Amino acid sequence: MADLKAMSYDLRKNVVDMIVEGKGGHIGGDMSVIDTLIALYFDAMNVGPENMDDPDRDRFVMSKGHCVEALYAVLAAKGFFPIEEVIANFSKFGSKYIGHPNNKLPGIEMNSGSLGHGLPVATGMALAGKMDARDYRVYTVMGDGELAEGSVWEGAMAASHYKLDNLCAVVDRNRLQISGNTEDVMAHDDLHERFKSFGWNVIDVADGNDIDQLIAAFAEAKTVKGKPTVLIANTVKGCGSSVMENKAAWHHKVPTAEEYEQIIKDFADRKGALS
Amino acid sequence: MNKIPNRQAICDVLMEKVKTDNDIVVLCSDSRGSASLAPFAKEYPDHFIETGIAEQNLVGISAGLAKCGKKPFAASPACFLSTRSYEQCKVDVAYSNTNVTLIGISGGVSYGALGMSHHSAQDIAAMCAIPNMRVYLPSDRFQTAKLIEALLADEKPAYVRGGRNPVEDIYTEENCPFEMDQATVLCEGGDVALIACGEMVRPAYEAAKLLEEKGIHATVLDMYCVKPLDKDAVIKAAGNAKAVVTVEEHAPFGGLGSMVSQVVGANCPKKVVNLALPDAPVITGTSKEVFDYYGLNAEGIAKAAEEALG
Repeated sequence: MADLKAMSYDLRKNVVDMIVEGKGGHIGGDMSVIDTLIALYFDAMNVGPENMDDPDRDRFVMSKGHCVEALYAVLAAKGFFPIEEVIANFSKFGSKYIGHPNNKLPGIEMNSGSLGHGLPVATGMALAGKMDARDYRVYTVMGDGELAEGSVWEGAMAASHYKLDNLCAVVDRNRLQISGNTEDVMAHDDLHERFKSFGWNVIDVADGNDIDQLIAAFAEAKTVKGKPTVLIANTVKGCGSSVMENKAAWHHKVPTAEEYEQIIKDFADRKGALS
Repeated sequence: MNKIPNRQAICDVLMEKVKTDNDIVVLCSDSRGSASLAPFAKEYPDHFIETGIAEQNLVGISAGLAKCGKKPFAASPACFLSTRSYEQCKVDVAYSNTNVTLIGISGGVSYGALGMSHHSAQDIAAMCAIPNMRVYLPSDRFQTAKLIEALLADEKPAYVRGGRNPVEDIYTEENCPFEMDQATVLCEGGDVALIACGEMVRPAYEAAKLLEEKGIHATVLDMYCVKPLDKDAVIKAAGNAKAVVTVEEHAPFGGLGSMVSQVVGANCPKKVVNLALPDAPVITGTSKEVFDYYGLNAEGIAKAAEEALG
């Protein structure tokens, strides 16, 4: 999947351009989650502009809605809307490209932004699929800091109780949240065991910024019956540029002109190193 | 007196409609008994989802179901549904525009002596403040049935509050005039307009009879549709009267009284008196004892109307 890996750097640049143009955005989480979104939209899920109203399409809920820039970049690459329009208008007065997902835009199922909502909603979507005997799958991506929300665990409980093997959640485990290290803010290091104890199938993705590993994990999840699956994607916040990587300050920082230049150069270098 | 609470009317309608509508789903948060929905759960288990005591999850799951074409009715005590899961009501239901009907059961002070944790005296204000959320407080079992049928026919979010106890009928099976989002005019008189919702409609109607005995003619509006408020009916009733009295089982701020006052103030200014629960934990007692204590009964409403007329 070298082409997807190469594309990930082009989409990263689109995200940075969006944030610079819009003067704000959650850049660090965008960089950690974007590979998961690419693996979903360009491999695991059967959804695109051509079947966005098909009742059998796979569903996606962006629970960590603050990383909408990464979602915009991936949806635009998928053809839902033009990327030039997003970059030019993101966060501007009156724009439809606002700072969290909004389902008035094509390709976005649910509005989000408040954390801890995605898993219960995705659980409802998966239940509907079971009730109607449809074979679509439902995906949601949560941040690791988000897991402190109690509603996440209400959803986890119900998804397991109803044996929703058509549901796959991802934890974007980048280990940083706005106040610092997740383990200092609220510890999650026993995440694997926690989900397991809730009755979930748990897949640890060693490098959650490796699209090949993500694609393999999503494929494995499809084979698991009788329980929902969660991917714990061990990612790097700010992944793609040494300027941002593993720095909590880049949770929602806008690059300066110098930083922008270095970030774009890093993207180009890493893309070049692929071939 | 009728012994059938409004909540049972909801169950009856859903049990009838689910026979021909495969998309109806009822969800409860360990509340099927309180909601009178146990017969539905027993007879239609494939259309029933239990979430356990998890109101946020109840509403989130409902939104997900609705997004996939189902017609969820999420029933939970109004106190918890309207505040514990308020954010899910706001984001997952109203903002995402999902076809979820939220059923707040045992609303107001229905739970009586259980205290403020179990009273929902904020739900009208809270729900009305959310864009794209409609708020309904039907007055009796016949109107409740008509409302649920109407809600099944559209695909928009709504919050319905009902009480726990049986209330005396206002309408009959044969005579229950109902237009969606239009107040029902119970009687017309040119002295005072009594505008009430939910369980307060019956005492308001009885107050009109007490006033009539004194030669005071009242208009009574059953404003079951608190949002969207039937402004035309308010303006007409208030415009024809010398004073307006609103009555609601709710805190004194942000509910029916506030909304009616806004409309009257902007369109036909005159004295408006808001009868409501106090801005405090209410006194311990049954619903009736609480209503009597705060003057939310026929005598209290009539007295307030007379005082308003000076």
